Order: sequence, then structure tokens, then C-alpha cells
Amino acid sequence: MPATYEPIATTTLGSAAASISFTSIATSWTDLRVVVNGTPTANLQFLLRFNNDSATNYSGTDLDGNGTSAASNRYTGDTGIYANWSAFATSAQPAFITYDVFSYAGSTFKTALTTFNQDRNGTGFVERGVGLWRSTSAINRVDIVASANSFNTGTTATLYGIKAA
Amino acid sequence: MLNSLIPIIASSGGAAAAAGAYESIASVSGTGSSGIVTFSSIPGTYTSLQIRCVVKDVYTSGLVDSIYLRFNGTAGSLYGSHNLTGDGATASASALSNVNEIEIPKTIPDSNASFANVMGVAIIDLHDYASTTRNKTLRSISGSNANTTSTDFRVNLSSGLWRSTAAINQITIHTNIDRFTTTSTFALYGIKGA
Repeated sequence: MPATYEPIATTTLGSAAASISFTSIATSWTDLRVVVNGTPTANLQFLLRFNNDSATNYSGTDLDGNGTSAASNRYTGDTGIYANWSAFATSAQPAFITYDVFSYAGSTFKTALTTFNQDRNGTGFVERGVGLWRSTSAINRVDIVASANSFNTGTTATLYGIKAA
Repeated sequence: MLNSLIPIIASSGGAAAAAGAYESIASVSGTGSSGIVTFSSIPGTYTSLQIRCVVKDVYTSGLVDSIYLRFNGTAGSLYGSHNLTGDGATASASALSNVNEIEIPKTIPDSNASFANVMGVAIIDLHDYASTTRNKTLRSISGSNANTTSTDFRVNLSSGLWRSTAAINQITIHTNIDRFTTTSTFALYGIKGA
């Protein structure tokens, strides 16, 4: 019997990597939450993919603020759900990212809420978004993928399961 | 880096969360015949409540409706809300005051064939809900997406106010268009303080 809010697995990168994967995810929970804290080797966007699907089955809408202005963007027919539409610049300051994936074992398309937060003491941005994976398959694998370049050594990712009554 | 879960779970002994800090109180699914979901007899034993919902309406005209919330069955113009919204083209803000419910805008896609299987989602946090000396404030993040350029599919950051010092023991969630589909789910969680 899973706990209501349970850490399923954590990865800390021992060397720079272009992706972090959680595989063989059981269907024991209601929702999944992915929490990432890390830095890039060079500019990149964080993409979330499911079940190793890198086809153009993803779309999303975001709302972001860069310290000067607020904006909203959308993408359709893309290869992942973006946590950050704006490039995550090289910095010693880590970004804190969350993905909430709802009804991941259900039979409808999968929707996720995303947050991206990075402050570089004068620059940086905050972003919130909603993303879609157009598949009715149960999710058994989650990949956090760098759109380019890599995540630095020390980047951490934790997968949680949330179980409803 | 590929990270298979099974050996990690085994090596970490399961690493369960602290017992009772975040508890599931109740969950309910849509029936296809009602646009109202109610959590009743909510105990006052938590510090905060969280609602996580996946929503869709049976209506078929191609609309995206709002989520509406009331507490303790009370209307009476005691509610207000603020919203910061991104529709894929523009960021905008709006507010309501002295209304009969809290509105979380543009979150419930209907069952139009052009967005079959598309669900809206929301996380709603309600802090200090059992206070008998303070009014009640919530925050939420919500939205839906249908792989379309329609600005009806949005991401929303919302706050809501209920001007009542009564402890919340009932939460009613409803759609104004029609009825929740059977694929809609609503889960209520309680979060305890130390």
C-alpha cells in the first residue's frame, strides 16, 4: 500500500548528462510529481517526455515573467513538455523545476502542470505552464531531457507518487 | 542517465514519507449526470487542504469553462478572486469581487470531438481553513491544453477569498456549463503542521 505522498526514486548526476530517466514506474499512485534542481552546461530547455516517446505528440501553454515583463507562449506538435520556454542560461544559480502529472495511469490524454524558477540576482525568470501528451497509454517511464547541451554534475531529480483515497 | 525504479526502491527501503504529514481525505469521480461535487464533513484537524482535480464537461459545443468553489454551502456575495492568465499569446490579469463563488477561470474543457480525451487540471491550496478568527484565502494553478492555437486553453494562477471566519467543513466544486464527465476526478488532501 503506497503512502499518500511518497518518494519513488531520486537521481543525482555524478557526471553531466543530457537526460535523467525514471523507468518501470508502477501504477500504484494517482498522480506523479517530478522535482528537479540543477544547472546547465550551456543554454537549454527542460523537456519532459513519457514512455520514451520523442514524436511530436506534445503541446503546451506557458506564462512567464523575466523581471521586466510578463508573456505567454504556446507550442504545438512538439517533442516534449517544456518547463521553460525561455532558455535556461549557464549559471552557478540552480533552477528549481516541478512537473505535476495527473492521472498518469488513466486512459485519457495526460496533462501536466509545470513550474520553472531561476533567479540570478538581477536576471532570471519565473514560469508556469500546462502541457499535454496526446496518448491514452499509462505512463511507465518519465524522461527529463535537455533540449541541447547537458545537465551539470550534481543536478538532482526526484520522482514522487501521490495517492488519492 | 537511466534510472530503473525497482532496484532503487529496494535499496532505499521504500523511503516512505513522514506518516500523516500529507493525508488523503477523500476522492470522488464525476458521474456524467451532475455538475456539482461536494466534500462534506471535512475535519478541522489539518493546517491546510489541497484539492487536485482532473476535469472535463459533457457539453459538446467546444467551450472551456471555469471551476467554481463555495464553502460551507454559503453564497451571499462573500467571495472574490484574482487571476493571472497566459493564453498562449498574451499574459493578462483579472479580478472579481463580491461574487457568490470563487472562479478559477478557463480550466474545464468540454467534450467537443475536436478535443476528445483532453482534460483540464488544477491544484488548489487552502491554508488555515479551520480558523475561526480569519477569513479564508486559497491559491491555485490550473489549465488545459489541446494542441491547438485556441486562446481558450490557458494556464492560470489564481487567488480566492471567502470573507468568513467560519471553519470550512464543506467544499462545493461546480461547472456552469453542464456536468462533469465520468473521467473527472477530485481528490482532497489534508496537510498537517508540526
